[in-house]
Amino acid sequence: MKERDYRQYKGVWALGEVRDGEIHPVSFELLAWGRGLADKLSVDLSIVIIGSHIKDKVKELIPRGADKVYVIDHPALEHFRIDPFSAILTTMVEEYKPEILIASATSMGRTIMPVMAVKLDAGLTADCTGLDIDLEERLLIQTRPAVGGNIMATIKTPVLRPQMSTVRPKSKRPLPVDHSRKGEILVKEFSGEFLTSRVKRLAFIREEAIGAPIQDAEYIVAFGKGLKDSKHVELMKELAQVFNGSLGASRNATDLGWISYSHQVGLSGKTVSPRLYIAAGISGAVQHLAGMSSAEIIIAINSDPDANIFGVADYGIVGDLFEVIPLLIKKLKEKAKEA
Amino acid sequence: MKIVVLVKQVPATDNVKMDEETGTMIRDGIESEVNPLDLYAIEEAVRIKERIGEGVEINVLSMGPKKAVEAVRSAIAIGCDKGYLLSDRKFAGSDTWVTAYALSTGITKLVSGFDLILCGERATDGETGQVGPEVGAYLGLPALTYVSKIEEIGNGKIIAHRAVEGGHEVVESPLPVLVSVVKEINTPRMPNFSGKMKAKKIEIPLLTAEDIGADEERLGLQGSPTRVVKIFRPQVARKGKIVSTAGDPDGAVSGLVDFLTEKTII
Ligand SMILES: Cc1cc2nc3c(=O)[nH]c(=O)nc-3n(C[C@H](O)[C@H](O)[C@H](O)COP(=O)(O)OP(=O)(O)OC[C@H]3O[C@@H](n4cnc5c(N)ncnc54)[C@H](O)[C@@H]3O)c2cc1C
Ligand SMILES: Nc1ncnc2c1ncn2[C@@H]1O[C@H](COP(=O)(O)O)[C@@H](O)[C@H]1O
Repeated sequence: MKERDYRQYKGVWALGEVRDGEIHPVSFELLAWGRGLADKLSVDLSIVIIGSHIKDKVKELIPRGADKVYVIDHPALEHFRIDPFSAILTTMVEEYKPEILIASATSMGRTIMPVMAVKLDAGLTADCTGLDIDLEERLLIQTRPAVGGNIMATIKTPVLRPQMSTVRPKSKRPLPVDHSRKGEILVKEFSGEFLTSRVKRLAFIREEAIGAPIQDAEYIVAFGKGLKDSKHVELMKELAQVFNGSLGASRNATDLGWISYSHQVGLSGKTVSPRLYIAAGISGAVQHLAGMSSAEIIIAINSDPDANIFGVADYGIVGDLFEVIPLLIKKLKEKAKEA
Repeated sequence: MKIVVLVKQVPATDNVKMDEETGTMIRDGIESEVNPLDLYAIEEAVRIKERIGEGVEINVLSMGPKKAVEAVRSAIAIGCDKGYLLSDRKFAGSDTWVTAYALSTGITKLVSGFDLILCGERATDGETGQVGPEVGAYLGLPALTYVSKIEEIGNGKIIAHRAVEGGHEVVESPLPVLVSVVKEINTPRMPNFSGKMKAKKIEIPLLTAEDIGADEERLGLQGSPTRVVKIFRPQVARKGKIVSTAGDPDGAVSGLVDFLTEKTII
């Protein structure tokens, strides 16, 4: 282990994300997380943005909570590649010594942060859903689900710095835009070997709106026998599309052939742990609950007030799904337009 | 070509029980299995071997208690050639950073001149997905994560598809490389009879920290930078709000939209 004086480490850093040439909103979520931590510690919140033709777009990060924005802007950095991104970030962290470094638990964050942990000789906690500060010890408190959401673990990194975590996307809302906020934009130049990559990107095959496999989905709209007929699957699809989510089903629904078995949730199907699980016309048999009770938020819609599913619901509507779902779709679409 | 597959033994997750007093997982009497996602890594290794044929050697490496030798044998039964288990009290309590250190030290010691390291996307118990890319970093290799297809491998390079947000990224990397795979990549097979026989007979060396020349200070709980300070069970039964559409369907649904807004879902 490297000999270091960890008291020198100060400040909260976030690694922002650029996708398709734009600052991705997960960067704003990171700023919302980071702001809370930085305020408790009375230090600055900085965000690092690595990309191409991005200099003019980083201004919006200050009204979103950043005190400092470090920009590395070079055509060679258009897409995330592990070699240049990790080389640049390592050098910057070694120079500025933040006590905390957070990134999103996206394919980029989940790839670069483990590499940073090794390069920096520091600990890393994955997929956090809660971050806080223990002021007495001046330590980051990281909370994350484990074992299929069966348990939650609280984790600290007592000695090594920075304390690093990835946080689950959509687990915090971005801060409202505040144009009165002041901040600094600092452009950093990197060249030569910092920009080289062993891995070459040959192509990108874009996928339009195909739902993620349910075990990976953040949003799941699930239905059971209460849907009554396969022709009503379209209605559920429409709701799923509003969330850009995936379709799940009970065993009764898959047994009836309304949707393929790959969508079955439960003991003999898939275990899922999405942010949102909407169960419509599902009674909530234990075998079904075994596959979805760890979802962060469960919504139940069922005409039977005594249905089991209400026992695990965060919000339940006793009513006819054919009345509730079309109304819900309508209201969600209106809401999306307002935003 | 030499391939290393990293395989972890995990508790069969449906049985997880908690000791409410100590807040720890009860592992006694709980059945173990090969981490389900590692089966895809094993399968992919075997497919590469079938495709290339001659000269491909698949090494399975695991770290865990002595019992984890079962996981190594399962991989052999499916078609891997050699197996090793890193097992030592000194490894107990290791976090991902230490696990990756031990595994990478083991790889360097046991499999000289490897071309490819395959691992699962994540383990179903720890669920971090960090060990793979960390092993890559310790060995100075590029890490190709979320690989959903290996299009080409050989002649010192690999072309692979990575399943990322919004689509698939096609990448090329020189070998050696670390690849973590996702479920999309294949359908794992079941072991056949001769595979099972081979797995039964084969000798699986057990290696200690000393055997692989690992720095003891970097091992186990004491060497781990992260500390689990509390484990708790999220409530399964929830005391949610239940409303009825009777009389006011509009109000019930509006209430739901407000709830989703408050929870930052929309
Ligand atoms: C070994 C074993 C393994 C199993 N594995 C699984 C598994 O993996 N996954 C799984 O799901 N099941 C599994 N099951 C089956 C499970 O026990 C239940 O039979 C099944 O989950 C019930 O499906 P359901 O809720 O769709 O149907 P039902 O129990 O018939 O429930 C239909 C629900 O729809 C409601 N409803 C009807 N009409 C409307 C309407 N218009 N609006 C709103 N609500 C309406 C009803 O009130 C009712 O609650 C397993 C069973 C066994 C024995
Ligand atoms: N103790 C271990 N022994 C062997 N391989 C492991 C071990 N821990 C993790 N791995 C590998 O790393 C992957 C990711 O694990 P994790 O980071 O724990 O989610 C797994 O799918 C395995 O391939």
